Amino acid sequence: MGSQTPWVYVGIFVLVGLFIPIAAIAIATFLGPKKPNAIKQSTYECGIETVGDSWIQFKAQYYIFALVFLIFDVETVFLFPWAVSLNSLGIFAVFEGIIFILILLAGLIYAWKKGMLEWA
Amino acid sequence: MEFWYDPITTIFNSLLATFTGWGMSEIAATVLIYAITILLFVTFAMVLDIFLVWIERKVVARFQDRLGPNRLGPFGIFQPFADIVKLLIKEDITPVGADVIMFNLAPIFSMMSVLLLWAILPFAPKMVGVDLNVAMLYLVAAGSIGTLSVIMAGWASNNKYATMGAFRTVAQMISYEIPMVAAILVVVVLSGTMGAVGIVEAQEGIPFIFYAPLTALIFLISAIAELGRSPFDLNEAESEIVAGFHTEYTGMKFGLFYAGELLHSFTFGGFIALLFFGGHRFFGLENLGPIVGAIIFILKAIFFYWVIMWVKYTVPRIRVDHMLAFNWKFLTPLAFILLMVTALVGRLLMDSLWLVPALFLSNIFVGWMTVLYLKSHERKTREAEEAKSAPVVQH
Repeated sequence: MGSQTPWVYVGIFVLVGLFIPIAAIAIATFLGPKKPNAIKQSTYECGIETVGDSWIQFKAQYYIFALVFLIFDVETVFLFPWAVSLNSLGIFAVFEGIIFILILLAGLIYAWKKGMLEWA
Repeated sequence: MEFWYDPITTIFNSLLATFTGWGMSEIAATVLIYAITILLFVTFAMVLDIFLVWIERKVVARFQDRLGPNRLGPFGIFQPFADIVKLLIKEDITPVGADVIMFNLAPIFSMMSVLLLWAILPFAPKMVGVDLNVAMLYLVAAGSIGTLSVIMAGWASNNKYATMGAFRTVAQMISYEIPMVAAILVVVVLSGTMGAVGIVEAQEGIPFIFYAPLTALIFLISAIAELGRSPFDLNEAESEIVAGFHTEYTGMKFGLFYAGELLHSFTFGGFIALLFFGGHRFFGLENLGPIVGAIIFILKAIFFYWVIMWVKYTVPRIRVDHMLAFNWKFLTPLAFILLMVTALVGRLLMDSLWLVPALFLSNIFVGWMTVLYLKSHERKTREAEEAKSAPVVQH
């Protein structure tokens, strides 16, 4: 099944995957009571009234980890074709890939030595 | 007999003949059959999900020395249906100040990201939704939609706890994606293909757990972190940030997050079985036909789902800085070293009989070296600490 048109299948799967949870929420909205009031709608904060707004400060560290992730994620995508065709390429390709990964790890070690991977 | 050995193609062809006999064009008939089969397939997933809720509650009860649900039906098996009815008739509350569109889309995306994985889950070589030639990239991509849904839920809720939970989750999910992708790369190197069916076929003789035991462990750990289950449940740490990103969700929307998490765990159990334990194979029993293979696959997936639960209910939560340090300073370098070792050893001994023992021993060697290095590093840190805190001796 789906050997000729795999992406049509995936496309229909996305639509069905959207439809099922939407249907569940729609049934729940239809069946559930609707009696909103101000206290019920208020933002939860351990029973007290909310102080300030939810645009809180967050640690800049999250941003740095996201940057490190981005580099690694892009590089691993480059590694996939290498991994697939490894056995049909010469031994040279293996060393090329290893050098590529080593450069990647050198970047990680640089970030590490710079203290970018520390939380505090 | 043809039906027994290739049920899906047989049904597909007979339905196609019927629909084109009614005067439909072949393309329309194909799309219609796809839609019907996918709807059935997803319904099966949802029914299985209901069953998983029962398994989860029963198993956690046993871990905590309780009985669990035992009133409705035999062994309380109808309990999840009562849960669903309850979730359906709950009032749906949207908190004030929430971004309504994003707030409602988040649980839908959360569920969809899990269901999308089912498109490539090969229950048996002939019983697979679609055999994509880039299935492993698709797995990573569909998983990222889950991360997106978490940040959407946290951001749109207009709640401090939800925002904090979302930040933590995203930091965790994107971090642990790296060792997971590296572990998948090892499997791709070993099998030479990115297709799910190809990976199962490459494990004809010996499953990949014997080629790459350490990689399997890394994949299990990073899969648990991706799922956000304990010890990596920082995103919904009850004692710290209420319920994390889904604090403000009620009724069925909360239910979708919960059901999505359970189905995600089961699906990852299936992927562990697929990548490292030979998929539908079980000592030749799979030759009886694809239906038997599919049952074996589901049983394997439930077994690894149980392993994930076992870890969840045994290990306490880890701290956020430890979580990130463990990933970036330990798992990521180790996973890439294993990738290099596997590529080199695998290429050098490509068609040799020594391939499996050599890979197994190299894994053991890398693991041993890692333990030795960690020990010496720990000793150095401890001695430095002691030297600092020791009282100065007067002469």
